[in-house]
Amino acid sequence: MTSIGLFLSALCVLTLGGIASAFHRKPGRGVALWGAGITAVGAILSLPPAIGVLRTGKAAVFSHPWSVPFGTFSVAVDPLSALFIILISVGCLLSAVYGMGYLEDSPNDRHPGSPWCFFNLLFASMLLVTSARNGVLFIMAWEAMSLTSFFLVMFDHEKASVREAGWTYLTAAHLGAACLLVLFLLMGGGGGNLDFDRMTAPAGPAMAGGMFILAVLGFGAKAGFMPLHVWLPEAHPAAPSHVSAVMSGVMIKTGIYGLVRIVSMLGAPALWWGWTLLVIGAVSGILGILSAIPQHNLKRLLAYSSVENIGIICIGLGLWLLGTAAGHAELAAFGLIGSLLHVLNHSLFKTLLFLGAGAVKHGTRTLNMNRLGGLGKRMPKTGLAFLFGAAAICGLPPFNGFVGELFIYLGSFGAVSHVRETGILGAGGLTALLSLGLIGALAVVCFTLVYGMVFSGEPRSPEAAHAHEPSARMWVPMTLLAALCLILGLAAPLGVTVVAPAARELLGKPLAHAVLAMAYPLLVKISLIGVIGVIISLLLVVLRSRLQSARRVEKAPTWDCGYIAPDSRMQYTASSYALPVVDMFGSLARPRLKFFMGGGDFPEGASLSSRAGDLFRTYLFSPLFRCIETVARALHGLQQGRNQLYVLYIAIAVLALLLLKVR
Amino acid sequence: MRLILPILHLLPALVLSPLLLGVINRVKAFFGGRKGPPLLQVYYDLFKLLRKGAVYSKTTSRVFRIGPVAGLSAVLLSLALVPFGGSGSVFSFTGDFIFMIYALGAMRFATVLAALDTGSAFEGMGADREVQFALLAELVMLTGLAVLAVGTGRFSLSGMVTAVWTGTAIPMHAAALLVAAAMLIVLLTENARIPVDDPNTHLELTMIHEVMVLDHCGVDLAFIEYGSALKLWLFSALLTGLALPVRTGRAGADMAFATIGVFLTAVLVGVIESTMARLRLRRVPQMLLVALALTLAAFLWVLR
Repeated sequence: MTSIGLFLSALCVLTLGGIASAFHRKPGRGVALWGAGITAVGAILSLPPAIGVLRTGKAAVFSHPWSVPFGTFSVAVDPLSALFIILISVGCLLSAVYGMGYLEDSPNDRHPGSPWCFFNLLFASMLLVTSARNGVLFIMAWEAMSLTSFFLVMFDHEKASVREAGWTYLTAAHLGAACLLVLFLLMGGGGGNLDFDRMTAPAGPAMAGGMFILAVLGFGAKAGFMPLHVWLPEAHPAAPSHVSAVMSGVMIKTGIYGLVRIVSMLGAPALWWGWTLLVIGAVSGILGILSAIPQHNLKRLLAYSSVENIGIICIGLGLWLLGTAAGHAELAAFGLIGSLLHVLNHSLFKTLLFLGAGAVKHGTRTLNMNRLGGLGKRMPKTGLAFLFGAAAICGLPPFNGFVGELFIYLGSFGAVSHVRETGILGAGGLTALLSLGLIGALAVVCFTLVYGMVFSGEPRSPEAAHAHEPSARMWVPMTLLAALCLILGLAAPLGVTVVAPAARELLGKPLAHAVLAMAYPLLVKISLIGVIGVIISLLLVVLRSRLQSARRVEKAPTWDCGYIAPDSRMQYTASSYALPVVDMFGSLARPRLKFFMGGGDFPEGASLSSRAGDLFRTYLFSPLFRCIETVARALHGLQQGRNQLYVLYIAIAVLALLLLKVR
Repeated sequence: MRLILPILHLLPALVLSPLLLGVINRVKAFFGGRKGPPLLQVYYDLFKLLRKGAVYSKTTSRVFRIGPVAGLSAVLLSLALVPFGGSGSVFSFTGDFIFMIYALGAMRFATVLAALDTGSAFEGMGADREVQFALLAELVMLTGLAVLAVGTGRFSLSGMVTAVWTGTAIPMHAAALLVAAAMLIVLLTENARIPVDDPNTHLELTMIHEVMVLDHCGVDLAFIEYGSALKLWLFSALLTGLALPVRTGRAGADMAFATIGVFLTAVLVGVIESTMARLRLRRVPQMLLVALALTLAAFLWVLR
C-alpha cells in the first residue's frame, strides 16, 4: 500500500472503530481494550507514512473529487504535517494506554464506550487537521476536533464546574473557528476553489495583513495565545487526565501548525507580523508562568504553564517572521527551528506532566497542592517521571527542553547583532532575550514549587498519606515519556533531525542546510557535556557510597531547630512559597487574599484564603460578555411572541427596502 | 597541547577554590581585628566531612540524595565553559554562556528540591528566597553576557572574554566595566554573601543559602560546600576576565595573573563583607534591579 493509503486507512480505522466503541454497553476491561486497541492500530498505521515522509522529504498526496463544494477531497502529508502527525500519534498512543488504567477508576457506567469513541475521533480529526489540503475539509476536521474534545471535557458533566468549563471551551473554540471560516473564504478569493494548492497569494499587503490577523485570532484561540487562553485553565482541570494530556501536549499544537501553514501560504511577511507574534509570545510566556505560580490546583497550574510554553514557541515564530521580513535569513532559521523543536519537546514533557497529575489524582483523589505532599515516597515511579518532566520543562540541561530554547536564544542574539542595520530588529531580539530569560527563571520557581509541594516533604492530608502507585498501564507511559525527555536531551542532534525536514520545507534547502551545519557541532557538544555530567554524577554517587560504607548512616526526624513536636502543618505550603515571587510583580498575578481574624477575647476560627483569578477573564472577558448580555437583553424587548407584531416588523422591513430602492 | 591546556586550567579551580573562602574569612578577621581561622580551614572542614557518617531525615526521599550530587556535577560542567587566563575553556561553542546559566539553574533546582524534600518550614523559606533572588540575578547575568556577545560579535564565553579588551574600541571597554559591576552584584547574590545573605549568621530565620542545607551532613555537605567554593571561583574567574585584562601572550603568565585576579576578587568580597551591613530582604530585589539597569545601560552603550 502506498504511504498515503496507509495514512487514509488509519483515519478510517480510527473513525469507524471509534464509532463502534460507542456501542459497548458493558463497562469493564473489554471496552478499554477495544478503545485503546483502535488507538494503537491508528498510531501504528499513521506513523510509518509520517516517518517515511520525514526520511525522503517528499510529500505524499491524495486528491479525489467529492460532492462537497469548493474543491476536492485532498489530503497530503508533507514534512511539516509529518512532524505533527508523529507527535499526535505518539501522544495519543501513550495517553490511550494510560487511559485504560485511568478510566477503570472512574467508569462512566451508562456510556462506557463514549470516552473511547470521542478519544479516537479526536485522534482522527487531529490527523486530518494536519493533513487536510482543502479549506472545507480543514474546517470540518477543525470543528470535529473542537467538538470531540468538548465532549471529552464534559466527561464528568454531573458537576456544575465541569459544565461551566465545557461551555467556556466551546465558546472559545467557536469564536476561533469563526475567524478561520472568514479566513478561508478570503483566501479562496471568490474563485470557488479552496484547495490549498490552488489558492493564490493575497492581493496587496492590506489583504495579507488582514488574513494574518484572522489566522492569529483563529489559531491563537486554540493554541492559547494570551488573552485568548481563558479556556485552557478551565477545560484542562475538568477533563480526565489522559484527555488533558492530549489536549495540552498535542491538540493546542494544531493551532501552531495551522498558523505556520497559513503564514507560509500568505507570501512574504511584513515586519509587523513578526512583532505581533513576538509581543504575543512574550506576554503569553511571562503572564502565563506568572499566573501558574499562585495556582492551587495542579492541573490548572499545568494549563497556565502550557500558555507559557506556547508563548516560547510564539516568540520563536515571531523571530522567524521578523528575520524573513528584514532579510536576515539566519535569524529566521534559528527562530523557526527553535519553535518547532519546542513544539516537539513540549508535547513530550507536558503530556508526561499531565499524566503525572492524573496519577496524583488517582492516588489521592485531590489536585489541591496545599493538601498534597510526600508523594515521592509513596509513588516513587510517578515521582521520578514527574521530576524528569519538571526539569525538562524548566529547560534545564541535560533534558530536551534546553535544546529548543537555546535555538530561540541564538535567533534572538542574531536579531540583536543586526541592530546597527535594522534598529527595530535589535529591539525585537532584546525583547525576545529578556522575556526568555525571565520565563526560564520563573519556570524554575514554578516547578520547584510543584515538585516540592506535591512530591516532597510530609503529606498535608490523610488522602496524601494513603496515596498509592498507579498500575503499570499508567506508569509505563509516563516512564517512557520521561526517558524520551532525557534521550532527546543527551542526544540533542536527534530532536533536530526530526524537525529538520519541516524546516527545510519552510526555509528552503540551502538556508536550512547552512544553519543546520552550523548548529550540528554545537548540539554534539551539548550532548557530550550532558553525558559527561551524567557520568560525573554517577561517579560521585559511587564515591559517596564508598565513603559512607564504613560509617554509620542513620535515620532521624528533620531538624526543626529544637522544636519538639514537628507537624506536617508546619511545612511551607504552595501558597506561602508562591507569594513573595508573585508579589514582586505587583497586581499582575497577585492572588486575592481573604483574612478572617475571628472576634472576641478568645478569637476562634481565624482563617486565611487566597484565590488566584485570571487577569484577562476578570478584567476583559467578564465585562465584555456582561456588556453583550445587556445589549442582548435590551433587544429582547423586540421579541415577545406576538404574531401581529412580527407581521408589523415584516411590513416595516419591506417598506424600508422599497424606500431604499426608490431613492 | 591544545587539549591539555584547557584541562590544565581547571586544575587551579579544583585545587584552589576552597582557599578563596579562607582568604575572605581572613580579610574579614583583619577588619574585625581578630586573628581569624587558618587559611586552609575549609580544606580541613571538607576532609573532616568526607570521613563522617550521615543522618538522613525520615521525611526525605531520593531527591534529597540526588541534590548534592547533581549540584556538584552541574557546577563542574559550568566551570568547564568558563575561560581562565589566556587559554580558552575546555568546551566552547556558540551560546555556551546560555548553557552555563542554565546549568547553574540546574544546580539551584537540585539544591532547592533537596531543601523542600525535608519538609522543614525553615528550609522551605530559604528555598523560596533563593529562587526569588536568583530569578533576577539570572536575568542580570543573561543580559550582561548578551551585551558582551553582541558587542564583540562572539557568542561563546572564551571568545567574548578574549575579544572584549583586544580591540581599542572605548565603548566596548566601558560596557565591559559596566557589566563587570553588575556581575559583582550577581556574584554576591549567587554566592550568598553580604549584603544579600550572611554566611556566618546563626539564626535560621535570617539565612538563605545556609538554611537550605541544614539537614545535609557528612559527604553530602562536603559536596555542597565544595560546590559553593567552585561556584565562587567560577564567578570570580568570569569577573577577572572582564575587569582585569592582563594578557602577556604566554600561557603560564596569563594563568598566574588570572589566579591573582581571582584572589583579588576574594579580597574585594571580604572588604565588602566587612564594611557593609546586610540589606533587608525586601531591598535585595531593588539592588538586583540596579544591576539590571547597569547591564541595560551597557547594552545601549554598545549599540550606540
